[in-house]
Amino acid sequence: MKRPTAFDTELALVRPRGLLQRMAGEVNLGDQIFRVVTALFAFGIVAALAGMTMEMVSQSLPTLRRFGLGFIVGTNWDPVREEFGALPYIFGTVVSSLLALALAVPVALGIAIFLSELAPTWIRRPLGFMVELLAAIPSVVYGLWGVFVLAPWMRETVQPLLKRTLGFLPLFQGTANGFGMLTAALILAIMILPTIASISRDVLAAAPAVLREGALALGATRWEAIRRALLPFVRSGLVGAIILGLGRALGETMAATMVIGNRGEISGSLFKPGATMASVIANEYTEASNDVHLAALSEVALLLFGVTLLLNIAARVLVWRVGRLPGGAGRM
Amino acid sequence: MRVTAIPFLAALALGAGCEKSEGPVKKEPSPTVKETSPTPEKAKTIALTGAGATFPAPLYIKWVSEYHKAHADVEINYQSIGSGGGIKQITEKTVDFGASDAPMKDDELAKASAKLVHVPMTIGAVVLAYNVPDVPQGLKLSRKALVGIYLGTIKKWNDPEIAKPNPGAKLPDSDISVTYRSDGSGTTAVFTSFLSKASPEWKEKVGEGKAVKFPVGMGGKGNEGVAGQVKSTPGAIGYVELAYAKQTGLTYGVVENAAGKLVEPSLDSVSAAAAALADKMPDDLRAWIVDAPGDASYPISSFTFIMVYEDMADATKGKALAQFLWWAVHDGQKLGGALDYAPLPADVVTKVEAKLKGLKAQGQALL
Repeated sequence: MKRPTAFDTELALVRPRGLLQRMAGEVNLGDQIFRVVTALFAFGIVAALAGMTMEMVSQSLPTLRRFGLGFIVGTNWDPVREEFGALPYIFGTVVSSLLALALAVPVALGIAIFLSELAPTWIRRPLGFMVELLAAIPSVVYGLWGVFVLAPWMRETVQPLLKRTLGFLPLFQGTANGFGMLTAALILAIMILPTIASISRDVLAAAPAVLREGALALGATRWEAIRRALLPFVRSGLVGAIILGLGRALGETMAATMVIGNRGEISGSLFKPGATMASVIANEYTEASNDVHLAALSEVALLLFGVTLLLNIAARVLVWRVGRLPGGAGRM
Repeated sequence: MRVTAIPFLAALALGAGCEKSEGPVKKEPSPTVKETSPTPEKAKTIALTGAGATFPAPLYIKWVSEYHKAHADVEINYQSIGSGGGIKQITEKTVDFGASDAPMKDDELAKASAKLVHVPMTIGAVVLAYNVPDVPQGLKLSRKALVGIYLGTIKKWNDPEIAKPNPGAKLPDSDISVTYRSDGSGTTAVFTSFLSKASPEWKEKVGEGKAVKFPVGMGGKGNEGVAGQVKSTPGAIGYVELAYAKQTGLTYGVVENAAGKLVEPSLDSVSAAAAALADKMPDDLRAWIVDAPGDASYPISSFTFIMVYEDMADATKGKALAQFLWWAVHDGQKLGGALDYAPLPADVVTKVEAKLKGLKAQGQALL
């Protein structure tokens, strides 16, 4: 689907040299060592992944055998009676992460476009630096801030407002005490914002200038140049940025745990407490001494791994499909 | 070219995500619990390691440093990784002593390759912290009220069951936000054990344990998590350790004990609970003092234990450990007060002495 760009031309100029070398049978020893070493690194990830999966499966065998599929669809998590169903946690992870993504992506893309395309040069560096700084704040700090600042603010300002305006929706009903799914999604959104924004900015900055210049020369406005020429070109890079953000949201433990309310229940209201897969593992693993309980937590880890994988694949497929639609390249 | 590098980054992120989830499932003891190798100049140092409960950790760390001042050759390293971890590590013999807030259960003891001895070290209590505007410290909470609040049957602060023992208190007509510990903890075990004793309904519906399925409310991670939620939510109630509540200035309640008396949690009332049951302690000292009899006993109290093998492999280490434990239950008890740990009553110390004298290394008595 790629049409020739300035990059490809550049590549075409560079490539033949390597090709000629190879054809002449010249093999540089340093190059070969470098190749082997980097290959080892790359396959190391695959090996680690396989090792972890095997370990998690073997650890969770007791519950895999005992509950089977019931573990995934069950909603009762009762360590005292040794009954384990992980659906509330799967629900919590997926809902909080997707909601965080929905809140963060528009803002992050806006930041990225402003920083790379529209902002005056003198402001780009300090502003970009601050965005990156946000990514360096430890999650426990976000969590504490969530407990003492965000939760009271949600309770006193945001949630009453939502109740007044959108209270007819089941999403915004019930007692609102500041903790719960919505607060967790919001804090996750703030946490993944810098990741998505700074990578998107780099991706945009890496796009060749001819794209913008060409579009502008054809009479496009600033907006049209960005939307029709620039964004389609960097689409896969932006999806990469979003997936990185999603990865952080899915795996985030501490900050989410501190504000989500840690209650293994599925509720239609975003004001109600929930729990995520990462949070239940962090909460219960250290003190779980019973084998079935430990196996259940391992299986949750395995499921978290699976959910992460599925969401990543879904995102990839989405890009691929959009790219194949007729004229799809023109859309975002 | 640069653009295509991004999916690779995404793959990296996926890898990073897995690393996180790998943490909790690995079986090996954490590397930090390894023994510190003796440094060459102090070749005769005896290094002891212990791991377990977080609740007594501040006291144990104080003990270790004080003991080291008097016995420069003994170096003790205590890792507060949680009671569950302590039980696991002592069972697998990767540490010299384990620590747990709740005594080990029979099936847990059966997993150990040799006989483990429980030594009560100090006493803790669980208090009910609340955040009700205009209601000061010392709200009187009946057993029925506590069970009702945590079962979800008592929903408002001005419920008659709460109001009855508190004439004159300005109880608001607002919802009670119930808060519990979301992480598995001895604190939850002690509190749910009390609720089970106070109410057959609780025992049947919920039960007791380090992690239970609470009928209502929301969870906070750790004492600090519960305290944070209570502090920032008007109308909230939650249970935290006495020492933590005192040190962080939380408002907490007076609880009705087994004798029907309303008792304020304090080092004295907690020690009184232990003393009331001292003569009924089982031979293996695995005692629960929740809901102890006696007018002065605070009902939500518990021992915290150190577990050691009765017959130890290494005589030098065994002797040092036995001497340390002996010191801890005698001189060490005096250091507890400043940190809000209640001292063991004399009757209990006598029983512990007998137990410590029974410690051996390859058949030889250590003390």
